[in-house]
Amino acid sequence: MHICCLLNLSSVEKQEDTWDGLFYRYRDLAPQLVPLDYTDKPAVTLPYELIASMPELKDNPFRQRIAEVFSEHGDGNMTLDNFLDMFSVLSEMAPRDLKAYYAFKIYDFNNDDYICKSDLEKTVNKLTRNELTPEEVSLVCEKVIYEADVDNDGKLSLEDFQHMIIRAPDFLSTFHIRI
Amino acid sequence: MGKKKKSALQVIMEDGWYHPGIEFDGEVESDTESEEDEVKDKKTNKQRLRETGRASRLQSKGKEKDKEDKEEDDSNEEDSGCQQNGASRRKNYQRKNRDGKKAGVEGSQQRERGKKAPTKDQKESENKEKKTTKEGNEGKNKQKENRKNSTTSASSNSSDEESLSEEELAMLMEQVEQKKKLISTMRNKPWRMVKKLSVLREAQAFVEKFEGALGKGKGKKLYAYKMMMAKKWVKFKRDFENFKTQCIPWEMKIKEVESHFGSSVASYFIFLRWMYGVNLVLFGLIFGLVIIPEVLMGMPYGSMPRKTVPRAEQATAMDFSVLWDFEGYIKYSALFYGYYNNQRTIGWLKYRLPMAYFMVGISVFGYSLMVVIRSMARNANESTADGDDDNFVFSWKMFTSWDYLIGNAETADNKFASITTSFKESIVDEQESNKDENIHLRRFLRVLANVLIICCLCGSGYLIYFVVKRSQTFSKMQNAGWYERNEVEIVMSLLGMFCPPLFETIAALENYHPRIGLKWQLGRIFALFLGNLYTFLLALMDDVNEKLAEEDVVKNITYWTLLGHHNLSVGNDSTATPPPLDPADVPRGPCWETTVGIEFVRLTVSDILVTFITILVGDFIRACFVRFVNYCWCWDLEAGFPSYAEFDISGNVLGLVFNQGMIWMGSFYAPGLVGINVLRLLTSMYFQCWAVMTSNVPHERVFKASKSNNFYMGLLLLILFLSLLPVAYTIMSLPPSFDCGPFSGKKRMYDVIQETIELDFPLFVAKIFSYVANPGLIIPAILLMVLAIYYLNSVSEAYQRANAELKKKMQMQREEEKNKRNNKATTNPMLQDLEDLLTPSTKTETHPNQEEEKKMESPDRTSPVRKPGRGAVPDGSPMTGGRGAAFTPPSHVFVTQPLTPRVWAPYPGQPRPRGHPMGLVPGRGRGQPRYLQPA
Repeated sequence: MHICCLLNLSSVEKQEDTWDGLFYRYRDLAPQLVPLDYTDKPAVTLPYELIASMPELKDNPFRQRIAEVFSEHGDGNMTLDNFLDMFSVLSEMAPRDLKAYYAFKIYDFNNDDYICKSDLEKTVNKLTRNELTPEEVSLVCEKVIYEADVDNDGKLSLEDFQHMIIRAPDFLSTFHIRI
Repeated sequence: MGKKKKSALQVIMEDGWYHPGIEFDGEVESDTESEEDEVKDKKTNKQRLRETGRASRLQSKGKEKDKEDKEEDDSNEEDSGCQQNGASRRKNYQRKNRDGKKAGVEGSQQRERGKKAPTKDQKESENKEKKTTKEGNEGKNKQKENRKNSTTSASSNSSDEESLSEEELAMLMEQVEQKKKLISTMRNKPWRMVKKLSVLREAQAFVEKFEGALGKGKGKKLYAYKMMMAKKWVKFKRDFENFKTQCIPWEMKIKEVESHFGSSVASYFIFLRWMYGVNLVLFGLIFGLVIIPEVLMGMPYGSMPRKTVPRAEQATAMDFSVLWDFEGYIKYSALFYGYYNNQRTIGWLKYRLPMAYFMVGISVFGYSLMVVIRSMARNANESTADGDDDNFVFSWKMFTSWDYLIGNAETADNKFASITTSFKESIVDEQESNKDENIHLRRFLRVLANVLIICCLCGSGYLIYFVVKRSQTFSKMQNAGWYERNEVEIVMSLLGMFCPPLFETIAALENYHPRIGLKWQLGRIFALFLGNLYTFLLALMDDVNEKLAEEDVVKNITYWTLLGHHNLSVGNDSTATPPPLDPADVPRGPCWETTVGIEFVRLTVSDILVTFITILVGDFIRACFVRFVNYCWCWDLEAGFPSYAEFDISGNVLGLVFNQGMIWMGSFYAPGLVGINVLRLLTSMYFQCWAVMTSNVPHERVFKASKSNNFYMGLLLLILFLSLLPVAYTIMSLPPSFDCGPFSGKKRMYDVIQETIELDFPLFVAKIFSYVANPGLIIPAILLMVLAIYYLNSVSEAYQRANAELKKKMQMQREEEKNKRNNKATTNPMLQDLEDLLTPSTKTETHPNQEEEKKMESPDRTSPVRKPGRGAVPDGSPMTGGRGAAFTPPSHVFVTQPLTPRVWAPYPGQPRPRGHPMGLVPGRGRGQPRYLQPA
């Protein structure tokens, strides 16, 4: 289910389901913290540990990055607003450019707006649980930069990344979370 | 209800900073209730339409401007509140844009502007009041009021004029369409949730109200229904896909194996599964059309000589040792050719069993051929379809291989393993592609290896021939031991066990890429098995010829015995019918067909046993030994000599292929063979999956399987063709036994067809058949086919060449582009900078959805200068994110507005509705890529 279904005129019930569903998912993470009645309460922020314990995220090697990217201050703590944004972007029907942009953010570990070699190494190590030898890791990283770096600056900019990712056949199908 | 209303109000209204906490209510709960609210909106709006009109719109304009002022004061708000603020401001801005657009279209800007100045002042004072009384019910009421104003404000401009002229009605419709478009493209916008919601609500309210006014409300229902159906359909399709994958047997098992052992090992299991499917169909064909009709409707066991165990064998017919050799009762059962009667029709259905037997025997081959060739063609199609994915192998592996859907620890483990494996596969490919060595040494070693292997092949061929010859002498001996009787099978199995590892050792000299090495290995073992198979077949033919000679003798004996029996009974008692001779006592011919069938069944069964025992001992026991004895051993068993076994792809694939060849050859003479094979494949699927996961280790160099399984399929096709030959030969040129099988009594087996045509079809069919069978017709037909094949082949070659040419061109173009870019980057930094500046707009054009939106907003951008007073402030504010920037002096307006058309910016997060200043989160730059910032 996509949260942006809400944004459609039709199927009122479904919208409510998702909407409520997401809210309750959020609330269930910490029932003592998140009130049912949001009328008077100010902002509630859930810590990263709770967000990362969601079944959708807990096995994801990039869960910390995801939480950081979508959170307000980059610390992984999320308000309901951030939470909804996260599921909106990772939902099935989010447009590809949006997904590509956030994917770039997620893989950009040091937030310097470029995916550089250290980012790539981190990604590989997370993906393989450190099972590749350092030589293999560096070979892979070099290959990635060689393949995707269009402007030859030794790191991937958002443009390079998009250029590469929109050609990937299964990016859209893998970069989404079903709720 | 009160709460509900409030929540909706909060979103739609822009007074977020009055009650910052409530905003969340606005987000979450309001959605569930938004529909009601919107209905309410509609009603109230209708009433107010004529009262409020233009004045209210202008009021709200002024108010919004005021709010910008107020925001500055509210500096110690909480973050969330700020954000809401940002959103609401953004919305105001949007609304204004829309108004502006309308105005531009209508050409009534002058009027508006004229009226604006005074009303603004009024409203400012009004808002001051509000500010002072922003608590409790009063505040809420105010909000409501405000909201009324604001919702109507967006549309009042046209609403009060809607009754005036046709022209404006059309205009209105256009706007409604635009709103609708906005609603449908909403989800593609990189806005924050809050903003999306508020803009959506507004647009929905607008559309609902004016569609009603224009009498188009019914269309909406249909539209909603359509949308719902479309969504349901998408969901259904997805579920169906899932269902389909769940229906594929052993998919999960294979995926698991693949994730740990790589695609090459998985390709064997996929092949095994495919084989199982084919065999299941063959099994259905043979059992459904031959065995079951015979069992149900044919003559029962013991009713005639061919269906009875001979008297001499009856004592031992039920012994296990006899049954194990497929003698005794098994030999005289429906599993073998000899059991079938040559009655033309059986049972009350008049089922033509001999005919069915023949046709099924042919269609087994026909179906197999068709299925193998079709699957090969499909594989070839698939492998050529995605030809252009060599460019980003590692990048895609890196960035798209993790499936974010995974929410299960076990699956995640498998996924980690599979990603690691696939990385390793690609690394092997990569290393292989840039390896340079001593070519002469390599060539020498390769030639040497091939010579050695050819020697091995010849040796094993001769050994087989020798053993088969010997077994013929053994079979004549009366008291041959178990070893003598099974010598051929034992030798063949031993060869099959020891030659492949030998070949592999020799192949290590060649140092091919593992994938190519696997193909060589497959080819060599294929040759080995092929030699074995053909020597076996030749020996079998000798056997059959002997049996045929023997048959002539027995035929006479049988004839005389029967005649003698008849005479005896006639002589004794002339009136009564003679008591029939007991079928067990009738002398039999050797029935070479059943002998051949038994031979194949024996071979198959021994093959199954050898395979399973090899796995059990060679893999499982070895793994156990290595694992547990390692604690008390003098060297490291796991790393040292025995270690764990690798999965032997080539051996297993060829085992499967040859086993299938046996089935194809044997199934004509032993219809039950396919049943045995189905069982074998089923057990071996589970058994091998288990064995692989428990006791094997992945290959040292995990390599990717070739895209299609066509090499396996090619081997299978070859073996199918080879196994077709002997069967066709026996059917066409050997006379069937005289006293067993469905074709007994005929000169040739295919006579059954002629018989059916003559007896069961009208005369002209027989005539046509005879014409068609005429060589004068068949030879030209074959010629024609050959010509067609030649033509198609040359056409496909031409296409292939063209394809390769195009690919090369594309590659060159890409490189050229890259070079050009590089040159530009180095030689002309100015141009590069300019390009960077231009990227936002160019990117937008590539995205269709945003293009639409752009179209919508464009009138606003074209006429920004006309209303300088209001357009500028909200435009600048959400972009820069800071409050200082938000409050731009009006003098700035003329310059900034046309330069910052970024509501429709291509990147998500850029027009982020964030109220708090950037200074709070320094260095994050989240949602706002730096290079997209205005220069």
